[in-house]
Amino acid sequence: MSAQGKGKAMERYTLAVLVDNAAGVLSQVSRLFSRKGFNIESLAVGVTEDEAVSRMTIEIKVDSEDQVTLICNQLRKLIPVHSVKVLSPARSMRRELALIKVRAETSEARNELIQLSNIFRASIIDVAPASLTIAVIGEDDKTDAIRNLVEPHGILEMARTGVIALERGGFTLDEETKEKGEFDYGKNVQ
Amino acid sequence: MKMTGANILVECLLEHGVDTVFGYPGGTILNVYDALYDYRDRIRHVRTVHEQGAAHAADGYARSTGKVGVCLATSGPGATNLVTGIATAYMDSSPVVFITCNVGRHLIGKDSFQEVDITGISMPITKWNCMVTSADDIADAVREAFAIARSGRPGPVLIDILKNATAEEADYAPLAPGEHRSAGSLGALVARVSPSLAAPEPDIADIERLVEMVGRAEKPFLICGGGVVRARAQSEFETFAACVDAPVAITVMGGGGFPGDNPLSTGMIGMHGSQASNMAVDHCDLLIAIGCRFSDRVALDPKSFAAQAKIVHIDIDRAEINKNVHADHHIVGDAKRVLELLNARLTRQKHTQWKEHVFSYPRETEYSLAGDHLTPKQISDAISRIAPPDTMIATDVGQHQMWAIQHLHYDYPGQLLTSGGFGAMGFGLGAAIGAQVGNPGKTVLHITGDGSFRMNCHELATVSGCGLPIVTVLFNNNTLGMVRQWQTLIYHERYSETDMLSRVDYVKLAEAYGLSGFRVSDVAGFEAALRTALACGHGCVIECVIDIDEKVRPMVPGGKHITQFLLE
Repeated sequence: MSAQGKGKAMERYTLAVLVDNAAGVLSQVSRLFSRKGFNIESLAVGVTEDEAVSRMTIEIKVDSEDQVTLICNQLRKLIPVHSVKVLSPARSMRRELALIKVRAETSEARNELIQLSNIFRASIIDVAPASLTIAVIGEDDKTDAIRNLVEPHGILEMARTGVIALERGGFTLDEETKEKGEFDYGKNVQ
Repeated sequence: MKMTGANILVECLLEHGVDTVFGYPGGTILNVYDALYDYRDRIRHVRTVHEQGAAHAADGYARSTGKVGVCLATSGPGATNLVTGIATAYMDSSPVVFITCNVGRHLIGKDSFQEVDITGISMPITKWNCMVTSADDIADAVREAFAIARSGRPGPVLIDILKNATAEEADYAPLAPGEHRSAGSLGALVARVSPSLAAPEPDIADIERLVEMVGRAEKPFLICGGGVVRARAQSEFETFAACVDAPVAITVMGGGGFPGDNPLSTGMIGMHGSQASNMAVDHCDLLIAIGCRFSDRVALDPKSFAAQAKIVHIDIDRAEINKNVHADHHIVGDAKRVLELLNARLTRQKHTQWKEHVFSYPRETEYSLAGDHLTPKQISDAISRIAPPDTMIATDVGQHQMWAIQHLHYDYPGQLLTSGGFGAMGFGLGAAIGAQVGNPGKTVLHITGDGSFRMNCHELATVSGCGLPIVTVLFNNNTLGMVRQWQTLIYHERYSETDMLSRVDYVKLAEAYGLSGFRVSDVAGFEAALRTALACGHGCVIECVIDIDEKVRPMVPGGKHITQFLLE
């Protein structure tokens, strides 16, 4: 089975996953996507307020919601996975950090880049004789926009963290739903 | 008290009541084997010829006894030789704890002699695995491994222990099994998934909805899958079927979950399912599938599968719901518990007309007895006549496997041991060894084909070495029969690499291993050989010469509608 359907419109989904903060878990989760035929667009992982728990934000593009359900269910089944939620774009805050090192050999170029950065509320975090580095935080379309604007100057290097996301309002991933109870049933040890 | 990691490991096996392990020693696991030497009065170790055989044996032991199997192997090739066995156990949800040792901490990551990343390799084919680097962590890991292997949907787990951890000393505090759930890493897992320590219960509203659906159904049909076998829920299932008054099909893994001679039994369903089973699933208005995952060998075409029915899926693994076939209703739970709850609420139904309709189709294909060859049906019938009714049957994979499931009846969980999901040729003899070791009082038959038998027949040395009275019934058609059947029907009789070029003298082969061999080509010969083999008390091989073009009937090709029989 492949999630990469031919000729179908691919839609992007953001999954938030809470997992044990332990060796091998990242590999287990990422390998699950590849062996079920999914390509990960972006993946960001870091420890949460609880040191024993990490949060992964994973973005995938698939052609149907069934595919998303399938991969979420396979994820939920893994022992080190605590909970999984698909975050709706309208109800969540998504941010990524990008660092862009741009060629800037003249004062004219430097001035234009500084102006652009100001418009995007990005910061210049390094200035060298022939280059400067812009740090920008935002949704990924904002990163794309600033990247396209500075590209004519010549991008020397670029690094992106991948998107991290939280839901708006008081929601958390750990809500006790009937479905979560059903998955926990299977993990319960006797 | 202080003891070495190896001793802690063995003590933890004893905590779980382990008295039998399968395995093969080697360099990095020497400390563990040295410890086992001290415990040889309490733990029986069965050494096979090859680690794959040990893996299948531990699996067969687990399937046939309902206990957790244990299999040991050394690092590198010892560990990779387990892989087919681990995958087989994973696909069929068999609880086995695999324990490998790896090179010492100072050698890890340096491509040392016999070093391999077995936790990485086995990640997609284990329910859980871990690498243990210190003796302090061994007890915790073993307790967690056993609990995970046998709980929920059972499955294989793997612990890879570094050699230094088996040699170092650590504190070991014995812990009764009842206390495992409240200590260490297992305690943390329990706390996370079940805040109350009570056993989880299926949702009662879900149960009641199904009771209503059963009340409205006019043409109910049941599928008994491997989950019924794993949960040992055969008597609850039989009560349920009688109450709903519905015909019942088994999947390959469901063999033993519902008695084959029950009048409600339609036999196997799917690619080689009976006409009664396949027509019933197509015509029913309510399909209740318990502990089955609607694999591509059952729901050949998921879109048209049970198209007229409301589908109810009962499974312990929530991820199976809506994975292959869309379910109109589902209940997540242990098959035994769900059936108990259902049985307590159901009123007796009656579906005489529907049953008459279903059983107007044959539940077993009549094979023509024309020609002078011994047929698979004759062999199976003779086995039914002569072998004790509770005989355990371990099969390999191919035509003989399908014949063994179609023609023999299985009346209790663990009676049929077969590689249903993974289809691993070579599974049978190892599984038979595990079953015989775990059930010394039972008769164990290994039914195999010449292709499968050749893959692991070296385990005959284990059969003779351990004095196991396993009888191998070899269906010899001098070809890879199932592949040839496809080549005949679908590949225009282009027999690419299926016919056996070499003739093996299986009688001499058996004798070479110190066992008895027989070659038979008619019913009387087979009957006599089987009687002698069962009475002699040691391992035997009975080679049954059958026709090269014998086929498994019925057959529906993969992906086709379930009633589109290519062969009836």
